[in-house]
Amino acid sequence: MTAGRVDFAVVGAGPAGMAAAVLAAELGLDTVLIDEQDAPGGQIYRAVERAGDALPLGADYLAGSGLAAALRASAVRYRPGATVWHIDPDGTLSFVSAGASEAIRARRVLLATGALERPAPISGWTLPGVMTAGAAQVLLKTGDIVPAGRTVLAGQGPLLWLVAAQLIRAGAPPAALLETAPHRNYHAALRLLPRAAWPARRALLKGLALIREVKRAGIPIRREVAGLRALGRGRVEAVAWDGGEIPADLLLLHEGVIPNVQISLALGLEHRWDEAQLCWRPTVDPWGATDLPAVAIAGDGGGIAGAEAAALTGRLAALDAAAFVDKLAPAERDRRAGTLRRALRRELAIRPLLDRLYRPAPAVLVPADDIVACRCEEVTVGQIRRAARLGAPGPNQAKAFTRCGMGPCQGRICGTIVSAVMADTLGKPIAEIGAYRPRAPYKPITLGVLAATAQP
Amino acid sequence: MFRTRPEATGATVAVTVEGHEIRVPEGASAAAAMLLAGFSSTRESSIGGVPRGPYCLMGVCFDCLAEIDGVPNRQGCMVTVAPGMAIRRQHGKRAAGVE
Repeated sequence: MTAGRVDFAVVGAGPAGMAAAVLAAELGLDTVLIDEQDAPGGQIYRAVERAGDALPLGADYLAGSGLAAALRASAVRYRPGATVWHIDPDGTLSFVSAGASEAIRARRVLLATGALERPAPISGWTLPGVMTAGAAQVLLKTGDIVPAGRTVLAGQGPLLWLVAAQLIRAGAPPAALLETAPHRNYHAALRLLPRAAWPARRALLKGLALIREVKRAGIPIRREVAGLRALGRGRVEAVAWDGGEIPADLLLLHEGVIPNVQISLALGLEHRWDEAQLCWRPTVDPWGATDLPAVAIAGDGGGIAGAEAAALTGRLAALDAAAFVDKLAPAERDRRAGTLRRALRRELAIRPLLDRLYRPAPAVLVPADDIVACRCEEVTVGQIRRAARLGAPGPNQAKAFTRCGMGPCQGRICGTIVSAVMADTLGKPIAEIGAYRPRAPYKPITLGVLAATAQP
Repeated sequence: MFRTRPEATGATVAVTVEGHEIRVPEGASAAAAMLLAGFSSTRESSIGGVPRGPYCLMGVCFDCLAEIDGVPNRQGCMVTVAPGMAIRRQHGKRAAGVE
């Protein structure tokens, strides 16, 4: 199988990927954009092109339609419905599309694979009817689908309040909102407010307006909730916490978002543990370039900064790619980056405050021993501790001891938990314990597809 | 557990979930169709055999694995519904068959 050649291959059609691909094509780069979904938008702007009654979703969501329209009008070779399952360090991508595997070799690959919701491991979180807040938002975006029974939202972060407001507007108000942010988070965040207040005023006002909207709708709100657990036989029937219990048909959990580092970890790129955002984050330079010349990263996959910042880092990466393939003089790249960097600084102004205010409680990273950490292989926190005590020095050895991270999700969900639990057990920093090294195929592919790919 | 908003104006697609026909919004996923059909539990887990349902709906968790048009182990949330699609719950892991 010979790989087609392109200048620039972008993985992921969210804000970072769309913005990067469109700018690169404008700069004359032969650009391909590969995305797993049927339509552009990523998760944040999912199904934005077909937003019908978009009233519940709001203006920030509809803002994504501009990027999608620019992509459609561009010279980018857009490949929806295509799943990347392997990337070689030389920039060769293997992906499955319409049941067959193809390969493309790009001079520069941009990973724009975005974020995922931080796993929220509580007792009973594997019960049917326990989902993430983002999952409810996906249903609203893709099919105007809303919860039908008693919905409880629990956790913390901007998305928790946004989803509460969107469900209210959609005529499906939650029965309660349980906020898990400890009181000390508010105190610590307050100290950061003077510096953030002016540069981040727009984001702050938006957030306050959302909270006000939820309060005005009369949704019961409980703060400082600890000891959250889902109760039920065969499905969630109630949500309990230290000091209370409420019946529920659906529990939506949210503890913020973390970078999706599955491919960057599999490539063996350098990652560090981000103490402010409590997640793994690839090491990139101000252009998103990594220690592999053929691979760069943009958007939330390189550190959580939000959709607006993602589009900006996508454009910076496109400028750098253009310089890398000699379609743009480095001086011109630097000149054009100026405006983007100023806008990026404005977008990042709110981050230290948000990171501190919504810093997950310790039990989110290191849950109690009886709680399931690896949902796929049904491995508890206690079993991971035991593996650490038996001599497993890190997550990759704990896999062999317990099968944690060896299920179909390949550690996407349990990765941060396993690293944090082992660090806690062994009394070492998480950075020293390390992360899973995922392997190709990044997503399961059938043997038939693999066989059809092989050279005779 | 879930319903379509009455304000929804988009086209719908007829699929079957466990053999029962249901119309779901065009653009929705197979996992969403299972939820709309009333299945909060969409499979049994492969280790403990306990009921599971979709968790993330964005391709991360693999908890919505389903049998779609006869092919097992597909991420229900990553497959968009198509007319006549047959969606079934998945029961644990498959045992190797001996003919």
